Amino acid sequence: MESNSFFLMRNELILVGIAMILLVAEIFTKPEKKNGIITLAAVLFGLATVANFFPVPEGTLFGGSFITNPMTVFMKSVLNIGVFIVFLQSVTWLRKEENHGKISEYFILVISTLIGMNFMISSGDFLMMYIGLELATIPIAALAAFEKFHEKSAEAGIKLILTSALSSGILLYGLSFIYGTTGSIYFVDIVDKISSNPLQTFGLVFFVAGMAFKISLVPFHLWTADVYEGAPINITAYLSVVSKGAAAFTFMIILFRVFSAVTEIWQPLLYTLAVATMTVGNLFAIRQNNMKRFLAFSSIAQAGFILLGIMQGGELGMTTVVYFMLIYVFTNLAAFGVVSAISEATGKENITDYNSLYKTNPKLSLIMLLAMFSLAGIPPVAGFFGKFFLFTAAGAKGYYILVLIAVLNATVSLYYYLRVVKAMLIDKSDEPIGTFKTPWAMRASLLICVAGIFVIGFASAIYEYISSISFGIN
Amino acid sequence: MNYSYTILILLIPIAAFLFNGLLGMKFKPIVSGLVGTIGLGIVFLLSWYTAWQYFFVGGMVDGEFPKIIAMSMDWLQFTDKLTIRMGIMLDPISVMMLVVVSSVSFMVHIYSLGYMKGEKGFERFYSFLSLFSFSMLGLVVATNIFQMYVFWELVGISSFLLIGFYYQKPSAVAASKKAFIVTRFADLGFLIGILLLSFFTQTFDFTTLTGADHSIFESGAAKSFMGMSVFTWACLLIFMGGAGKSAMFPFHIWLPDAMEGPTPVSALIHAATMVVAGVFLVARMFPVFFFQAPDALEVIAYVGGFTSLFAAIIACTQYDIKRVLAFSTLSQIGYMILALGVSGYEGHEGVGYMASMFHLFTHAFFKALLFLGAGAIIHAVHSNVMQDMGGLRKYMPITHITFLIACLTISGVPFLSAFFSKDEILVAAFHHNKLLFAVEYLVAGITAFYMFRLYFSIFWGKDTQYHHTPHEAPKVMTIPLMILAIGSIFAGYVPFAKLITADGRPFESHIDFAIAIPSVLIGLVGIGLAMLMYRKETHIPERISIALGGFYKTVYNKFYIDEIYLFITKKIIFNYISRPVAWFDRHIVDGTMNGIGWITLTSAKKIKGLQSGYLPQYGMVFALAAVVFVLIFAFLVR
Repeated sequence: MESNSFFLMRNELILVGIAMILLVAEIFTKPEKKNGIITLAAVLFGLATVANFFPVPEGTLFGGSFITNPMTVFMKSVLNIGVFIVFLQSVTWLRKEENHGKISEYFILVISTLIGMNFMISSGDFLMMYIGLELATIPIAALAAFEKFHEKSAEAGIKLILTSALSSGILLYGLSFIYGTTGSIYFVDIVDKISSNPLQTFGLVFFVAGMAFKISLVPFHLWTADVYEGAPINITAYLSVVSKGAAAFTFMIILFRVFSAVTEIWQPLLYTLAVATMTVGNLFAIRQNNMKRFLAFSSIAQAGFILLGIMQGGELGMTTVVYFMLIYVFTNLAAFGVVSAISEATGKENITDYNSLYKTNPKLSLIMLLAMFSLAGIPPVAGFFGKFFLFTAAGAKGYYILVLIAVLNATVSLYYYLRVVKAMLIDKSDEPIGTFKTPWAMRASLLICVAGIFVIGFASAIYEYISSISFGIN
Repeated sequence: MNYSYTILILLIPIAAFLFNGLLGMKFKPIVSGLVGTIGLGIVFLLSWYTAWQYFFVGGMVDGEFPKIIAMSMDWLQFTDKLTIRMGIMLDPISVMMLVVVSSVSFMVHIYSLGYMKGEKGFERFYSFLSLFSFSMLGLVVATNIFQMYVFWELVGISSFLLIGFYYQKPSAVAASKKAFIVTRFADLGFLIGILLLSFFTQTFDFTTLTGADHSIFESGAAKSFMGMSVFTWACLLIFMGGAGKSAMFPFHIWLPDAMEGPTPVSALIHAATMVVAGVFLVARMFPVFFFQAPDALEVIAYVGGFTSLFAAIIACTQYDIKRVLAFSTLSQIGYMILALGVSGYEGHEGVGYMASMFHLFTHAFFKALLFLGAGAIIHAVHSNVMQDMGGLRKYMPITHITFLIACLTISGVPFLSAFFSKDEILVAAFHHNKLLFAVEYLVAGITAFYMFRLYFSIFWGKDTQYHHTPHEAPKVMTIPLMILAIGSIFAGYVPFAKLITADGRPFESHIDFAIAIPSVLIGLVGIGLAMLMYRKETHIPERISIALGGFYKTVYNKFYIDEIYLFITKKIIFNYISRPVAWFDRHIVDGTMNGIGWITLTSAKKIKGLQSGYLPQYGMVFALAAVVFVLIFAFLVR
């Protein structure tokens, strides 16, 4: 293997490097200077995010276990952007007294999971994919329990680790059937040997169930609400955007690469999951009063829409999914950022607490409004285009009834997104949240999100670029 | 030849609009006035320079005036072929319109410095004037029909704003709404026409649509709907938009009411610019009409002819001087529309087209002059109604002389401008359609009559006792009057047949005395009758109106057209269409929506138990779901 072929793993290696640097920095930093690690981590990670935009050649490593191409690089960039925004949003939270000793821990854990996700996306065999998946899951359980003296946070950690152990078991069980019937774990070898015999279908369904757990598709979603609510808010943001996005990317790539021969099985399966996910997610989101729980269910419903693009199965499908995720990163993180800012400043997390927010904090309210509009898919903000293209993709494949159901669900979702807007702008409050100043890091992150929401919606070049690097089932 | 400076013609007015609209309140009112006026002054100079350069420096290429795209940028791309552009096109009629619009607008800007002095909202007035000028200039230089439509609507909006300028006055608000709704309704037809035309020809651009290559029309020419070809429909619908803006029958009802706006606005919008937009539209699309939809052209001729007669008759009975002028405008625009309708295309055949543009040009001067004169009179006596006036010639000599010149011009007195243009229209009508010729010939007489009825009632007639002695308007108002008077005397000497023709090639045109002499005579008869009846206070008019009885009353009430509209909308549409629709909306549509909302909320409540928080249950659901899916997909769906 030539030395410059390591270059293909650029992003992973850089991330490992950052994790190492942070470990060393932790050892050599005096206790009173720990806050410097936040800056160090943010700067290093920002550089890594930028570095990953430089073009990289296509290729495989380790005998086909690791595959990279422009699309996977772009997906990793999407995740990087998400993580970078999450880092910026965590600054105030990390500076709190109770987290003082755990600053580098936070960054190392997040970056480790990100490395896992990168390997998932680039995996060329099931072993690599599985290891990546575990690397991306177990540290998250630690992160969910980050505020371990808070009962809810600890509970979230336990729930996540237990349910994900179950799902990993099921996934692995499914994969063992695939291995047993094909005799290989390499995607390139398996793809020719997949047919619709019951054993392999069994493996496929269990694989889908395991991935559906990560993407929190109904009925494999039950952990989501409890974990999202219990975990610290920035971890929830990370889970609902980056972790979910990585799993969706991996899911799509493997369905396209490995199970291309049995689309007639996984497409109806995804159809069912999509309908269930959109509908149940919406029905639960309607009733939520806690903003974190509300966003959790809204993100479940959003995941249902992603399936519409995956089902298309072609380049169009991949383009729309990646485009949607890119927009979703900015949009959802904008919403989480506002919730986080308010929670850090006042400790309030309920929708009714947001009454009259516009009077006291007009800028935050407007950002929230923009995020809600984008999540609901109101033109001309980016979220509209994201959803619109997903619907187009499903329509192109002939799933008209599914598109109709999706449109109905999008309409229902308007209700609860606009409920937040109504609370902020219209509803009166006796004791509104006081005016407060948002820290600079949070402001920067929100600014990035708002810019993203506008720019991605209007710059068709981005969509065209994604389209040019997409691949589908041949 | 570089015409890129023409972009300034659009940029200056919009900049003045933004400045006055956003910052106008921060300065003294006069600053707004000067910004608007000086800006328009520059536009005025640029327009004349453009005209000079286009006609005399650039001149003809291969014996015809070229269509020059001075600037163009892509705005919206629909398909490879169908792109909406924004740009500037120079050809004989757009250059002529630049001159007309900028000159009249400039005069109105100067005049308003005096007329609107001390009014509340002075800077608002000037910002609207600039917006209007911008829209109208953008309309005339449009390179494609969609750009024209965009500016067309902008013109509608700015006209709405200007008519409703005195927004505390309920009548002004009602008038502005009426103007907007009526023209908007007509524009619906325009838009459908544009869509039809562009769908079948795959282009919006005027250069392609009106070019020599007719192959783009082939795909649609064979198709027909309800016995008319697609392009006849398209052209009729487009003309519907034109008829709305130009207040042709039956869309004329908004124009008389629009006189509620300040008088300079009436002069600018409702005499010289916006109301001729419909004429300009037909002229712009003329080759399409002529080659693809000759039937539509026939309709246009009759609409024009009818409106001119109809409006002229009503004008004889009105007492509000601005309304008389409004109906006279209708009548004159009817002339222009008719001339387009009876025109041919090549050489001397196209005399109607040339005459129409010619009359548009001369009309702009004398009608703006009449309105501004009327403004000066209203300014002096604080009334719009003829009965309150009389004998004003002694008090307002300059206004009197200029007004007289305008009246003589519109009556077609020889060697004043309208004599030439009207003569050409009559020639065109004579060669094409004897009936329409007869109508126009009659209208020429009626026009002279009602104009001099107006003139004599204001400046001669009874010696009215005024509360305040009327005084001549200030210089800033009389100077534009004098300039326009010079324009209305000499505008007829512009050799239009050499410059502006249907096919872009000049032809020889000369006065046809066989038609000119009778038309002058009937004009003189009209003037004579008016002199007999109104020069001194007499009982003749009263006796005539009593003798005509019901007919007079019908005419005085404008043939009850407004009442017919109200009857149709209020009694028929509201009762038999709107109410059932409203009921359906309230009960069926809202009911369904509320039902869906209720079902959603109820089902949300019902499934609450699923999210219990118990981990064993979560695991159970997870495993069960996985197994059920396996059973379904491995064994049932195969």
